[in-house]
Amino acid sequence: MPLKWVFHGGVSAPHRKNTAESETSVLDIPEKVVIPMVQHIGAPCTPTVKPGDTVKVGQKIGDSEAYVSAPIHSSVSGTVTRVEPMLFAGGNLVMSVEIKTDGKQEVYEGISPPEIKNREDFLKAVRSSGLVGLGGAGFPTHVKLNPPKDKVIDCLIVNGAECEPYITSDYREMLENPDGIIEGIKLVLDYLSIPKAIMGIEDNKPKAYKLLKEKAQNDNRISVQSLRSRYPQGAEKTLVYALTGRKIPSGKLPADVGCVVLNVNTVAFIASYVKTGMPLVQRRVTVDGPVVNQPKNVLAPIGTSLQTLFDFCGGFKSTPYKVLMGGPMMGIAQYSLETSVIKNTNAILAFDKKEGDLPSEWPCIRCGRCVEACPMNLLPLEINRLVLANKIDELERYHILDCIECGSCSYSCPSKRHLVQSIRIGKDAVRRLKVNRN
Amino acid sequence: MENRLFVCSSPHLRDNVTTQRLMLDVIIALIPSTVAGILFFGLRAALVIAVTVSASVLTEYLMRKGLKREQTISDLSAVVTGLLLALNLPPSIPLWIAVVGAVIATGLIKQLFGGLGQNFMNPALGARVILVVAWAKHMTTWTEPFVDAVASATPLSLLDATTTATPVEGSVWYSYLDMFLGRVPGCIGETSALAILLGFVYLLIRRVITWHIPVIYTGTVALLTWILGTDGLFTGDPLYHVLAGGLLLGAVFMATDYVTCPVTRKGQIIYALGCGILTVLFRLYGNMPEGVSFAIILMNIVTPLIDRHTIPVAFGGEKRVG
Repeated sequence: MPLKWVFHGGVSAPHRKNTAESETSVLDIPEKVVIPMVQHIGAPCTPTVKPGDTVKVGQKIGDSEAYVSAPIHSSVSGTVTRVEPMLFAGGNLVMSVEIKTDGKQEVYEGISPPEIKNREDFLKAVRSSGLVGLGGAGFPTHVKLNPPKDKVIDCLIVNGAECEPYITSDYREMLENPDGIIEGIKLVLDYLSIPKAIMGIEDNKPKAYKLLKEKAQNDNRISVQSLRSRYPQGAEKTLVYALTGRKIPSGKLPADVGCVVLNVNTVAFIASYVKTGMPLVQRRVTVDGPVVNQPKNVLAPIGTSLQTLFDFCGGFKSTPYKVLMGGPMMGIAQYSLETSVIKNTNAILAFDKKEGDLPSEWPCIRCGRCVEACPMNLLPLEINRLVLANKIDELERYHILDCIECGSCSYSCPSKRHLVQSIRIGKDAVRRLKVNRN
Repeated sequence: MENRLFVCSSPHLRDNVTTQRLMLDVIIALIPSTVAGILFFGLRAALVIAVTVSASVLTEYLMRKGLKREQTISDLSAVVTGLLLALNLPPSIPLWIAVVGAVIATGLIKQLFGGLGQNFMNPALGARVILVVAWAKHMTTWTEPFVDAVASATPLSLLDATTTATPVEGSVWYSYLDMFLGRVPGCIGETSALAILLGFVYLLIRRVITWHIPVIYTGTVALLTWILGTDGLFTGDPLYHVLAGGLLLGAVFMATDYVTCPVTRKGQIIYALGCGILTVLFRLYGNMPEGVSFAIILMNIVTPLIDRHTIPVAFGGEKRVG
């Protein structure tokens, strides 16, 4: 079915879905895991365990009083060895819990399916599960599912676009657990009284599209839509527009246009939690990149080190030069292989110098390719020029805060200018300027 | 951390297109016009091309060296400037004037303003305009195609003569076919519409440019020259105006210069309309037959202004106040 709404811009990045046919392998339990207390957008958790404590799988080890936060659970059974700030995927030190595993993977006694009778129970259960958005930034799901009273949600958007190169973690979920996804969608529709759900899958995944379409047949509330394979199709704003024609206003959220967007893995996890009561303690990670010997999809406990995952995939062909958490368009480069897989880690990728190096910048020739590529209709070249000239007060005229940092501008630039990189600096400066003004 | 990893901000993937490749595409797109020029005007034309290209590259090399800046001749933009300048010169131009033109284009207009991307007008056209004003006679002495003889008139100067009501004695109108193929006197690269269109198609296929500026520019000229005919409204000969002079070369290769044209589609449309209107005003009511160079350069200068007033509304920002 052709799409009615096609977002402006974007880039046709290479797909490189090398692991599409790699069925998920289960990682052997690592000797230790390091579980950071920040795995979501919102307030960090405080550890509820101390060195010497024994913990079991699914036992809560960190929580926060704050609403915008999600509890954190142990992914293994074993003994807590350290509770202190440790190197985090973001490059900073974050309070983390290190657990030496005993290999038994004993399940915590308190684990049982949650009792859900109404909307409140459901939201509470989602919070207790520790669920955060498994596709993107890791926003706590219970917050997303509970928008302010004046915002009526009439459409659940299920994100199966997976537009980043390399990553096939969502794709494997769609192939291996389609019933779970449909089950999760139904739960959300039922408990939140949302009349319909639209699932979007990029047209480079015809197998997943066909399968989900078939599975969705017996519930007329759920429709499955094929999306144009174009990065950043899976970004919230472009996705909601492509599937509903609604434009999320500048500075607003999907809820402002009556939508809530959940990743396929996120909805599938809701179904699994409601059935078993086992919190979010593991996830599927695509391990790939030109220097990885055996690229794979791996089901790994949260807190597994990147080194362990790469070892499981046959190690490296040559010394990695750059290692990413996430895809090549928006992923975060890692300082060390000691950092851990967290709840929203969908991929880890390793590159050699040839692919991983930062290209040197040439002068801007104003070719306008960044303007063509920007899904938000911005002028990246002008913002770049102003940021470099430190003209911060002029940046708002160019709508800098609307940038979704998808990186399409930098990708498309023939002069290899660091456009989105400078826009990030500019956004920061504009926010600080605004704070000072008030 | 014995294992030192390289860290930088995303994206970690870049498209294969490079500035150098884009410049190479422009050079490739100019090959038909270059070949046509040499075919019609002989080795003399080839000599002019060789001289301006070498002078342009050498100027860039020496100036970067003199200013202690990193070398940039490998980006091929100096070659493009030299080539475009040659294609905008009469085949009989004294070579020293051609050299002066190349030095003005690459040295003065491009490098003194900061090099690639910093020039406020198209270097080749800017240089051409200075040459036209400084050495008017040499810049308007034309050669007949295929024979090394001075031509009496170009298609455009014929038109100019008729509009001033003193037709050149015994002059013959050029046929559309001759003008389309390029068998008429004129600048080296401007006479053959066919060759220019081949280059245009190549640029479109390679997605170096879009159709907007060339088509809107040419269309505006056609429409206005038709309306503003000498025998009253709607009596003009738009096809003759489109094929004569440097309009097509200007519309396809000069007006589309990235650096000196607006970046948004809306801005480009305003700019192309401006180029078209000015060209017609200069051609019909100016005291020189040609107006393309002046029109484009004026619009080049207005480009920053157009850009400032055509900042697009951000996605989802339509309803925002202020």
